[in-house]
Amino acid sequence: MTVRTAELLIAILLALCSIGLMIKSAELRIDWVPERGPGSGAWPFWLSTGMLLACLATIVRWFRKVTPESTNLDLFMTRETVLLVGISAGSIVFLLVVTHLLGIYVALFLFLLFYLKFVGRHSWLVTITMTIVVPIFIFCLFEWALKIPLPKSISEPLFYPIYDLMYS
Amino acid sequence: MEEIVLHLIGGLAEAMQPLNLTMIVVGCTLGLLIGAMPGLGSVNGVAILLPITFLVPPTAAIIFLAAIYYGAMYGGAISSITLGIPGASTAVATVFDGRPLAQAGHADRALTAAAVASFVGGTISVVLFTAFAPPLASFALKFGPPEEFALMVLAFATFIGLGGDDIPKTVFSILIGLVMASVGLDIISGQPRLIFGDIDGFLHGINFLVLAIGIYGIGEMLWTLETTRGEVMVHKVTISWQRMKHNFKDIRNYIKTTSMGSALGYFVGTLPAAGATPASLMSYGLAKTFSKDPDSFGKGNISGVAAPEAANNAASTGSMLPMITLGIPGSPTTAILLGGMIIWGLRPGPLLFTENPEFVWGLIGSLYIANFATLLINLAFIPLFVKILTLPFSILAPVIYILCVVGGYAPTQTMHDVWLMLLFGVVGYLLRKLNYPVAPAVLAIVLGPLAERSLRQSLLGSHGDVSIFLTRPISAVCIAIAVALICYPMLQKLQKRRRANAGTGSG
Repeated sequence: MTVRTAELLIAILLALCSIGLMIKSAELRIDWVPERGPGSGAWPFWLSTGMLLACLATIVRWFRKVTPESTNLDLFMTRETVLLVGISAGSIVFLLVVTHLLGIYVALFLFLLFYLKFVGRHSWLVTITMTIVVPIFIFCLFEWALKIPLPKSISEPLFYPIYDLMYS
Repeated sequence: MEEIVLHLIGGLAEAMQPLNLTMIVVGCTLGLLIGAMPGLGSVNGVAILLPITFLVPPTAAIIFLAAIYYGAMYGGAISSITLGIPGASTAVATVFDGRPLAQAGHADRALTAAAVASFVGGTISVVLFTAFAPPLASFALKFGPPEEFALMVLAFATFIGLGGDDIPKTVFSILIGLVMASVGLDIISGQPRLIFGDIDGFLHGINFLVLAIGIYGIGEMLWTLETTRGEVMVHKVTISWQRMKHNFKDIRNYIKTTSMGSALGYFVGTLPAAGATPASLMSYGLAKTFSKDPDSFGKGNISGVAAPEAANNAASTGSMLPMITLGIPGSPTTAILLGGMIIWGLRPGPLLFTENPEFVWGLIGSLYIANFATLLINLAFIPLFVKILTLPFSILAPVIYILCVVGGYAPTQTMHDVWLMLLFGVVGYLLRKLNYPVAPAVLAIVLGPLAERSLRQSLLGSHGDVSIFLTRPISAVCIAIAVALICYPMLQKLQKRRRANAGTGSG
């Protein structure tokens, strides 16, 4: 897909999103409510109308070939970029899914193992050190210092002895 | 004046408290590192590290974040000079002459000039800040909802008029930020709004940090990954006492451009859309115009390093002026600081000076100290920073991703927000590839609730008559300037076309 095609596609997609937001806002009152001023939906409704107009302007400018993107016939994303960005975004999705299933600390361990060993091709020494040090650092900073419990899912019981130590 | 000096002494004493002093030193060091890393600038550092500041009281927290902001402005120059790629967009202009100097083996000279110029820029701007902030804040006390709203319209208009980006895309970015801010419970009626798919997570609204970390954490890393391919080349830096002594003698060669750049940077920095990047570019242009030897710029002129560095530091202080006095951030970084202040339970705006003087003056005092601290840390640890820059991207990237995920979770403690953050990161990255500016959206999500409240209160007061914004003098002036700013790019285009026509007509 060229940058030119992407420009049009994204503008159309954003225009559709704007229409969706207008409909969603119009579920609430968008007119003047006596004694209360503009209805709850009025502000987002008119903002989304503005968004739609901005997208239409971009589409018109695309047809008139005004923007640099509308005349750019380079690839929007080269295969290498798709791979680079895909691996990063994909590994974060993996991190979040495993957090839901097994808890964040198991997820951090697996995420770092994957990223350092298979993406970065670092030595086992670096990989193992980081996979141990980073989760411990995150635990100390957030759970111990900031008192913000991070999601642990089914791995929660493993932390009971540490809680005992922390809160005793 | 006397009152300001007394407050300032109090502020300096507050900033010298052991906790606050530690925050300054740690913040400056972290800021230097963050600024030096390619792809990460002050806004990324502040967005990613804001959740950590819940650990300390608000004054220490803002001091910490302001120190990061400050340090990052210094740090950006380190990678501009040694790697030839700007550590942050604010240090783009530093590359023009910093890189040729490093290639010629004068990296230390360029780094010293950058540090000294940053110090001068920081000092001049913080003095201007101290002088301007209190009178501006007391003037702003007269503002009612219509003035507040008009001021926000003005802030957004600066993005359209001066941002230099595609106008429809800038407008879209502002509006989507404002819409995102309206998700959740309506501030006046309490009705749930824009709850997509009836997902409960939207009931508490979209936290600005989710958008900020998504865009400036994840989106930025994806962007850097694409542009650098994870590979960087470091130039050698040789440092010795002898060379440093010589470098300090060099100062008189660029002190004039530095002072000029500082004053320019400060004033450009106070404008919401402008900020440090255009300030540094403008300052570079100015230095070149007024130079006796303009041809040497771009080939390793030391003033070409000093001018943008002075301006970007001055601009970062400048952008805090509207944030502290009016509650309107002057840059994306200050937008995040403003959001942080709301989380800490403070109400940004003119009342801050009377309600929380220790907070405001502590911050101002800390800027003076941070300026010294950053200069010293910078000069002492340049070799160390350069070494850290050689850290492979494949170690840095996963650590940043983890900080983003955990930082996105911490404020509301729901996984919903973390998924949303990832979505914003990826979408933000794709939109950025198509030249959609992302900074206006971040500013808009922070200002959204305030803008909506002031608009609705104004309209309620005037019984729906929108002319209230034009009949009150201060708001009328703001709206008039806003309209002029919006028309400015169109007029510019017309003029260019007319000139082109005249050119073809005469030729």
